Amino acid sequence: MTQQILIDPVTRIEGHAKITIQLNDAGDVEDAHFHVTQLRGFEKFCEGRPFHEMPSLMARICGICPVSHLVASAKACDALLAVTIPPTAANLRRVLNLAQIAQSHALSFFYLSSPDLLLGMDADIEKRNLFGVAQMQPQLARDGVRLRQMGQQIIELLGGKRIHPAWVVPGGVSEPLSSEKRDRILAMLPEGIEISARTLDWFKSVMENYADEILAFSSLKTMFLGLTNEHDELEMYDGLLRIMDADGRIVADGLNPDDYEQFITEKVEPWTYLKSPFYKPLGYPAGIYRVGPLARLNLVKSCGTPRADEALGYFRTLDSQSSFHYHYARLIEILYCFEKIDELLHTPDILSDRVRAHAEPNSEQGVGTSEAPRGTLLHHYQIDQNGLITRANLIIATGHNNYAMDRSVMQVAKRYVKSAHLTEGMLNRVEAVIRTFDPCLSCSTHAVGQMALQIQLIAPDGGVIEEVKR
Amino acid sequence: MSRVVTLKINDQDVSGREDETILELARENGIFVPTLCHLEGLSDIGACRLCLIEIKGVPKLMPACVVRAQEGMEVYTESERLKKYRRMVIELLFVEGNHVCSVCVSNGHCELQYLAQKLGVDHIRLEYRSPKREVDASHERFVLDHNRCILCTRCVRVCGEVEGAHTWDLLGRGIQSRVITDLNQPWGDAESCTSCGKCVQVCPTGALTAKGKAVGEMTKHQGFLTTLALMRENDR
Repeated sequence: MTQQILIDPVTRIEGHAKITIQLNDAGDVEDAHFHVTQLRGFEKFCEGRPFHEMPSLMARICGICPVSHLVASAKACDALLAVTIPPTAANLRRVLNLAQIAQSHALSFFYLSSPDLLLGMDADIEKRNLFGVAQMQPQLARDGVRLRQMGQQIIELLGGKRIHPAWVVPGGVSEPLSSEKRDRILAMLPEGIEISARTLDWFKSVMENYADEILAFSSLKTMFLGLTNEHDELEMYDGLLRIMDADGRIVADGLNPDDYEQFITEKVEPWTYLKSPFYKPLGYPAGIYRVGPLARLNLVKSCGTPRADEALGYFRTLDSQSSFHYHYARLIEILYCFEKIDELLHTPDILSDRVRAHAEPNSEQGVGTSEAPRGTLLHHYQIDQNGLITRANLIIATGHNNYAMDRSVMQVAKRYVKSAHLTEGMLNRVEAVIRTFDPCLSCSTHAVGQMALQIQLIAPDGGVIEEVKR
Repeated sequence: MSRVVTLKINDQDVSGREDETILELARENGIFVPTLCHLEGLSDIGACRLCLIEIKGVPKLMPACVVRAQEGMEVYTESERLKKYRRMVIELLFVEGNHVCSVCVSNGHCELQYLAQKLGVDHIRLEYRSPKREVDASHERFVLDHNRCILCTRCVRVCGEVEGAHTWDLLGRGIQSRVITDLNQPWGDAESCTSCGKCVQVCPTGALTAKGKAVGEMTKHQGFLTTLALMRENDR
C-alpha cells in the first residue's frame, strides 16, 4: 500500500513549510515535495504608496535580513531617481549589508544547523537544539551568539537600530558615519575574524562524519547564479550576474540585473505558494539554479580578502554540487564579511558628509539588486507620474532555490526513507537538507506567519498514514 | 477689558480672564490636557474630544478648548472616566484609518502616536476597519495620504484663517468625510493653492507631508503660527 509521510512544520528554518513524501506499494519513496504554506502579499499592498517609503516598507518583509531588502529596495529607488549615489553612501550600505550577512549566517549555522552538526543527525530530539550545543560545547554556542551580536551591533551603530533601521533611503543614507562609531566597529572586527576562523577549523575537523550526507545532498546537480565584480571576486552589493553550470562552465556572464526579465522568469507549481524562478533560455526545469553562499563561492575566482581566500582553498577541494557545503561556504562568508568591513572602513572618504543624492523621480521603473545572506535579491518597481507605486515584483533569494530545495527533499528522502515506518533521524535528514539552504520563507513569499515544519506519509488513496508536526 | 475670574482646576486655585478657555488656563498653569484638533493660532472647533473635562455640577463632559472660564467653576482634567474616554477616542482614530507607525514618514514625530503613548494606548480593543483610501501625490511638493488623516481640520482652518486661500475643505458626512482641495480636484490641479505648505506643517500626523521623505524623516514646524498671529495683532 502506498503511503504519504508528512513533516509539518519543518523546524529550525525561517518561515512556514511542510514536506510530503509519497511511498509506493513496496514502501519506497515515489515522490516528495517541499511546500511553502504561507502568503503575505507585499507586492500587492505596496501599490499606491509613495516610492520613498518603499525601503522601510519592504524591510518589513523580514526580521532577519531586513537590510538586504532595504538595500535592494533603496537601489531600485535610486534607479527611479536616476541618480548615482555618493560613493561613501554606497560603501556605508555595503558595510551594513555585510554586517547583516555575518549575523544572519551566524544564526543559520550556529542556532539552526549546529545542533545537527555537533550532536549528530540522529541525536535525541530533546537535546538537538542550541541549548544542547551549549551543554556539549559551550564555546561553540558562545561563538555563535557573539558573532550574531557583533553583526547586529554594527547594524545598530550605523543604522540606529538592530532590526529595520530606516537609515538607508532613496539616494543614499540619511546620516554620515562618525569617527567614533567607525572606531567602535573597527574594534570589534578582530574578534569576529578570530571566531570565524576558529569555527572553520572546527567544522573542517568534523566534516568527515558527514560523508554520507555530503554525498546524499549532492545528488542534485544544478546551475548557480550570483553577483560578481570586475575583479572576479565576491560582491554583495553591486556588480553583474553570472550563471555557471554544474560542471563549472560559465553559461552567461555580465548579465545586468536591470534586464532580469529577459533571462529569468518564474514558474508556479500547484503544491507551493513559492514561485520557482529559472533561467529562461534553458526552460523549466533545465534552467533551475541555486543561489547563496555555495553559489557565490563557486562563481568567483576569489573572495578578495586574505583569510577568506585561504579558507576558499580548502573549499575548492570539496564537492561543489553538494548542498551540504552551503555550511562551509557560509562560514567563509562570515570571515569575508568582517575582513571586508575592515577594508571598507579604512577607505579614505568613509566619513564624508556627502552621503545622499536628491532628485525628483526621473525614471518610471527601477530595478535594485543585492546579495542577501541566502542569495541574489531583486526588487523591481514601476511608478506613475506622481511617484506612486503601480507595480512591484520581488524575486527573493529563497525563491531562486525553491526548485532545488524541492528536488533535494526528493533525493534525500529516496536515500534515507526506506519503509513506511518513520525514524526521527530520517525526518531530520530531510529537514537538514532544507536547512543547508537557510531558507527564509516569509521573505520569499513576502508572507505572514511563524516558521515551522511538517512531514506527512500519504497512502496511494490519498489518506494520511503518518504525520509528524512541530 | 475682560474681567478676571478665579476657579479651581484639579482642586488647584487658578485665575484668568473670563474670555480665556479652560484649555488655555490649564496650560498656563502647567496642567496637561491632550489635544489634536486644537492648535494655538487657529480657531477652536471642539472636534477631537480629547480635551474633555469634568465640571462640577455639569453632568456632561465638556471640551476644554471651547469652554470659557467662569467664576467659581470647579474643573477636573484627570479622572478614570476621562482617561477611559480619551483612550477610546485614540483607539477609534486608529481603527478608523490605516495608521501603520512603523512605516510612516512621520514615525517618531506624530502627535497621534505621541498621545497614544502618553495616554497608555498599548493595544486596540476594536476591530480595524482597514478602509481602502487613496494617496494624492499630484502636488509638486506635497503628498496627501487619506489613510493617515484624522479629520482634525487643522489644514482647513490654517488655509482659510491664516493663508486666506481656503483651498481645503471637507467633503461628505460621518465616516465618509474626507478633506478635499478646491472642489474635490486633485491637489496638483487646485488653482487656489499657493503651495505655502502651512497645511503640511500643522497636520498632526503623516497625512500631509513633504514629497520625497523616507520613513521617519517628516518633522513639522508649527512655531510660525503664533509668530504670525502676534505680528498681525501688533499691526492692528
